Amino acid sequence: MGGGDGGGGDKMAVCIAVIAKENYPLYIRSVPTENELKFHYTVHTSLDVVDEKISAMGKALVDQRELYLGLLYPTEDYKVYGYVTNSKVKFVMVVDSSNTALRDNEIRSMFRKLHNSYTDIMCNPFYNPGDRIHSRAFDNTVNSMMMQVC
Amino acid sequence: MRGGGGGSGAEPGCKMEGLTLSEAEQRYYCDLFSYCDTESTKKVASNGRVLELFRAAQLPNDVVMQIMELCGATRLGYFGRSQFYIALKLVAVAQSGLPLRVESLNTVKDLPLPRFVVSKNEQESRHTALYSSDADNPASYSGVIPPPPGRIQVKKGSVSHDAVQQRTSTDQQESTSPVVSPQQSPPTSPHTWRKHNRHPSGGNNERPLAGPGPFWAPFSEAQPGSSTSSDPIWSGHSPPPHQENWVSFADTPPTSALLAMHPASVQDQTTVRTVASATTANEIRRQSSSYDDPWKITDEQRQYYVNQFKTIQPDLNGFIPGSAAKEFFTKSKLPILELSHIWELSDFDKDGALTLDEFCAAFHLVVARKNGYDLPEKLPESLMPKLIDLEDSTEVGEQTGEVGYSSSPAEAPPSKSPSMPSLNQTWPELNQSSEDTAIVHPVPIRMTPSKIHMQEMELKRTGSDHANPTSPLLVKPPDLPEENKMSSSVKFTAGNTVTDGYSSSDSYASDPEQIGSTVTRQRSHSGTSPDNTAPPPPPPRPHPSHSRSSSLDMNRSFSVTPGQQQAGVVAYPPAVPPRPQPSQGAGPHVHRPVDAEGLIAHTSTSPQQIPEQPNFADFSQFEAFAVSGVNKEEEDEIETHSEVLQVEKPSDSASSLRGAKADGRVEDKAPANVPTSAAKGTTPLAPPPKPIRRRLKSEDELRPEAEEHTQKTGVIAAVLASQPSIPRSVGKDKKAIQASIRRNKETNTVLARLNSELQQQLKDVLEERISLEVQLEQLRPFSHL
Repeated sequence: MGGGDGGGGDKMAVCIAVIAKENYPLYIRSVPTENELKFHYTVHTSLDVVDEKISAMGKALVDQRELYLGLLYPTEDYKVYGYVTNSKVKFVMVVDSSNTALRDNEIRSMFRKLHNSYTDIMCNPFYNPGDRIHSRAFDNTVNSMMMQVC
Repeated sequence: MRGGGGGSGAEPGCKMEGLTLSEAEQRYYCDLFSYCDTESTKKVASNGRVLELFRAAQLPNDVVMQIMELCGATRLGYFGRSQFYIALKLVAVAQSGLPLRVESLNTVKDLPLPRFVVSKNEQESRHTALYSSDADNPASYSGVIPPPPGRIQVKKGSVSHDAVQQRTSTDQQESTSPVVSPQQSPPTSPHTWRKHNRHPSGGNNERPLAGPGPFWAPFSEAQPGSSTSSDPIWSGHSPPPHQENWVSFADTPPTSALLAMHPASVQDQTTVRTVASATTANEIRRQSSSYDDPWKITDEQRQYYVNQFKTIQPDLNGFIPGSAAKEFFTKSKLPILELSHIWELSDFDKDGALTLDEFCAAFHLVVARKNGYDLPEKLPESLMPKLIDLEDSTEVGEQTGEVGYSSSPAEAPPSKSPSMPSLNQTWPELNQSSEDTAIVHPVPIRMTPSKIHMQEMELKRTGSDHANPTSPLLVKPPDLPEENKMSSSVKFTAGNTVTDGYSSSDSYASDPEQIGSTVTRQRSHSGTSPDNTAPPPPPPRPHPSHSRSSSLDMNRSFSVTPGQQQAGVVAYPPAVPPRPQPSQGAGPHVHRPVDAEGLIAHTSTSPQQIPEQPNFADFSQFEAFAVSGVNKEEEDEIETHSEVLQVEKPSDSASSLRGAKADGRVEDKAPANVPTSAAKGTTPLAPPPKPIRRRLKSEDELRPEAEEHTQKTGVIAAVLASQPSIPRSVGKDKKAIQASIRRNKETNTVLARLNSELQQQLKDVLEERISLEVQLEQLRPFSHL
């Protein structure tokens, strides 16, 4: 893993989390140099926004609901993006605000990759839905998106 | 950090932390390092192995300690690569009798390679054997060996594995010679050695270098004598290069001849040798079966696996479902985490099921794990499903082209020559990635789960590359928007209710564009498509529906106030003008009910109409069609309505109403419309007819619909009706359209007026509010007085 890339050309999430339907975490990974607790807290609070967005979609329009929820809320340091699957598993991604180069499409594609990796995990019969995620392949995917900080 | 570590080996020398190594030395050290790197960390050599190695160097203990201290391992506590290399160099220094100094590392030019006697490891002995002289020569020679070239060919140590074993036995005899060449050289290595040996012997004779001279002579004598399983290729090859090298040696100045010779000879020989070695390596590899390549499946193992597979799934071309595999592998009592990882590695196409190849790979990994091997990070090439067939043919090809030297065979998860693994490993990726782009044309199939599975099964059966099964899966998202789907896929979705169609396909997640596109496609297939009208590609559903529903609400609310009359007039988009000519008079009436208000109005009159409902049974549909046919201009709205209505899943009453509605009116259309309407599905059709019916029905017959459903159903019905009925009632349509236009305009003006009035009121109220606030503020200071 190349060191010192710090927000350069790669994907640059600072924290990625996978939350189960019942709103408990299945997987959280943060860039280690930062204060992880802060990110855990951020992800937790962002769940409220996610729920709000889901319910706002409307009862009748569940089918047309978009999986990508977009920017959940921005703070001065970072922005939080959300994505929810049809089975109500949520992906939350925190990116650095200073990283202005990150476009919405890139975020979408990152979520799509996450979703694909997640479905691969689900295909594994040894994985019980609701367990914590220990897959190396998933770790690799997430690592590829995390900010490369030495 | 390291220049040529890991077997690239092509650099002339490597500079590492102040340590200059010749190419030969570098390769040798690299090999040894890999050998010691039992944990495949690539960074640290395990202390156990290193100590063994040092012991094998037959140096006194204190020298060993000194070496370890000098190289920094004692300080660090472990042998990093650089430490290891330095240590090896120091061993060589010590073995050649020079004092151990750090400075001597780089100053001693023609240092022979360190010699290790140990016979424990085939690796080591192999090395030593390679580096040593030929079989017959008991005499030891200093490390001036062309070992690297020989070693290069030993791809994974498999080559000389057997040879090494034999050699080691004889090795013990010599005390002086670090390596005892076996009496009879095994197939490949001897050849390689011979060449090397020739070189040094030739070179050494001419050079006043330390020691090797006398050794070489015997070598050269021995070589002709030693003829183990002679490889014809070898014999063919050896003389020419030999000669060349002789010549080259003669030319090169003695002092630096050694080092110079090595690269030259090495290069000459390696190229020649690689060809031969490739074949021999392959032979050896196969002979040594899984010994050198822990991930290779032997025949008997494979047979066992296949039998096990059959116990679970008798069809060899079929799949083992994930649950069965889970039970089976759980019996192996490995921890779930490891089984999970094994599954990840072996389920190549990520489909949750195992084919025969995948099963064998998984089983093999389980076996390896139980035997203590660590699980690799990536699936080894020999276990990859698609590579198993091509292994043989590709290996040789790859190796032939390869001059450099493969990573040390000692690594537990071996990779064949660097080019091989990279090539093989890129295959799946390439294939998969190329599939993304290439797949579009060949497989324009909608990736519904059943189809995906079918495709996979076919592909697996044919044994074609596994990327294909994955490709549909992988490509799904990109493919979807491309609308290359065949009509069958469309019908597939059409078969479901529209809502299901949009959401059921996993690939179609929730993409409005896609939804729109599918809807479009459905429309294009019209006739059969449930509800949507043919022409206008709808904007993403939510919006129109939203707008629609909001307008509906508004209408409804308005209807309450202005009165039902107005409400009725509020041109509900679906307001299908009374299409049937006979019911022209009823047209206006018909329009009215279209609205929500109309519905309300209808409800009021419903009692009258309810009894008529049963009559609607057959005709309403036709009417609906006819009506919708008339309303071309309103198709957009109708569509949206229909969509909304679909979502709401109109009830059966709609259909019954429909039937009642049509009575008499659309008889001619009935026959044609019945099948179409039926084809379209009852539910979606149900709603549309309702409103249409309303409109069509001159009297309040249609009123019964007075539900919101009917409004929307009317829209849909109108839409539906429009499709088949268009050709028929063109004349009627025009009139109806014009009438409806008129009505709509009226409604519009009324609403606009209302709107402006309300705006005015709003403004007034706001002004009042402002003034009140001002007053309040003025008074506030006095409030507490």
